[in-house]
Amino acid sequence: MSDVAIIDSGGANIASLVFALRRLGCEAYLTRDPRVIRSASRVILPGVGAAADAMARLAEHGLARVIPALRQPVLGICLGMQLLFESSEEGPATCLGVLAGTARRFAAAPDRPVPHMGWNQLEVAVKSPLLNGVESGEYAYFVHSYALPVGPETIARCDYGGTFAAAVSRANFHATQFHPERSGKTGSRILQNFLDAA
Amino acid sequence: MGEIIDLAARYRDEGADELVFYDITASPQGRSVDRSWISRVGEVLDIPFCVAGGIRSIADAEQVLAAGAEKISINSPALERPDLIDELARRFGAQCVVLGVDSRLSGDDWRVYQYTGDPDRTFESERLTLDWVREAQARGAGEIVLNCMNVDGVRQGYDIGQLTAVRAVTSVPLIASGGAGTPEHFAAVFSQARVDGALAASVFHTAQIAIPDLKAYLRSEHIEVRP
Repeated sequence: MSDVAIIDSGGANIASLVFALRRLGCEAYLTRDPRVIRSASRVILPGVGAAADAMARLAEHGLARVIPALRQPVLGICLGMQLLFESSEEGPATCLGVLAGTARRFAAAPDRPVPHMGWNQLEVAVKSPLLNGVESGEYAYFVHSYALPVGPETIARCDYGGTFAAAVSRANFHATQFHPERSGKTGSRILQNFLDAA
Repeated sequence: MGEIIDLAARYRDEGADELVFYDITASPQGRSVDRSWISRVGEVLDIPFCVAGGIRSIADAEQVLAAGAEKISINSPALERPDLIDELARRFGAQCVVLGVDSRLSGDDWRVYQYTGDPDRTFESERLTLDWVREAQARGAGEIVLNCMNVDGVRQGYDIGQLTAVRAVTSVPLIASGGAGTPEHFAAVFSQARVDGALAASVFHTAQIAIPDLKAYLRSEHIEVRP
């Protein structure tokens, strides 16, 4: 059984994530201690709030250098996904730079409020262990105003006035723009896949 | 307590997209909800849920969100002190600040009613519904739940006219509440008032409408719903 460290980036509401992992038999712990994070067998970078604030808090605890160097499976969720990329228009902020790209703000439209909030369909882009057993057309729960464009690491897309990266995967780094802990059985399967990742 | 958890689990399994927990008596009595149940609900739910009732401060909201709720819904406290909307949106983000509005036709205008949890204290506020909805969005409300009081509880259908008028001034998600009695009522409110969600309580609690059947019906009417 793996131990999962959830990075405490401050302000993030992580109770639902802890509960979701507990339903899968995994007791995760919240930490911002670099040593604990380095030695965890899996690391989750959650995030609710603004990119620049979250990056400032990670830097303050010495984590801006620790996270990109992690070798164990890492899962970024929502803002946590955006932080794994180079930068975000929100702030703007320089992010962790594990993956190439910039999070951009959605343009609001009459039938398309921002934040994009609610259930939306995933379109699987490439087969990936993180999405094992997840089919195109399954729904996931999104809450965000910024998103990454589809890129080489995109494993699932979503459409909200244009396609964006719903999930990405490269080597040991994985991320979802949606909240797997809020996405019913689909989300639960993705978290299980992450816990199963080698 | 156990009943809340069982009900939450039942709706989760039946395919509800979101649950809202109301303590409608919280505001009029000037007390807050007992919040120990929230994390127990959070333990069983893998869908978003919202808590409404008695949230009057950042501290109240923090407690509810830390226990696992996705959103907080405010109604009477926002009417008492509209700045509460701004404060909550600044601290937690607009996406988790829901404004509940109890509204009905009064003369030629839709007006907002306050303290609707207690019939003895309910009163017509000076606010016009459309103005209040506009103001709340400008202050940072990320979602509006419009409860149309004139049709609430009678299961004769959502108030399409009022919801359509509110839709026209609402650029954030709008949730219809009050009046659901049949699956056709749900189809009508989605297709005619173009709301983002439809809320119902009694028809689900009494099992008059089963959520899987409702969703199958809506799909047959070409309304996109999560299975």
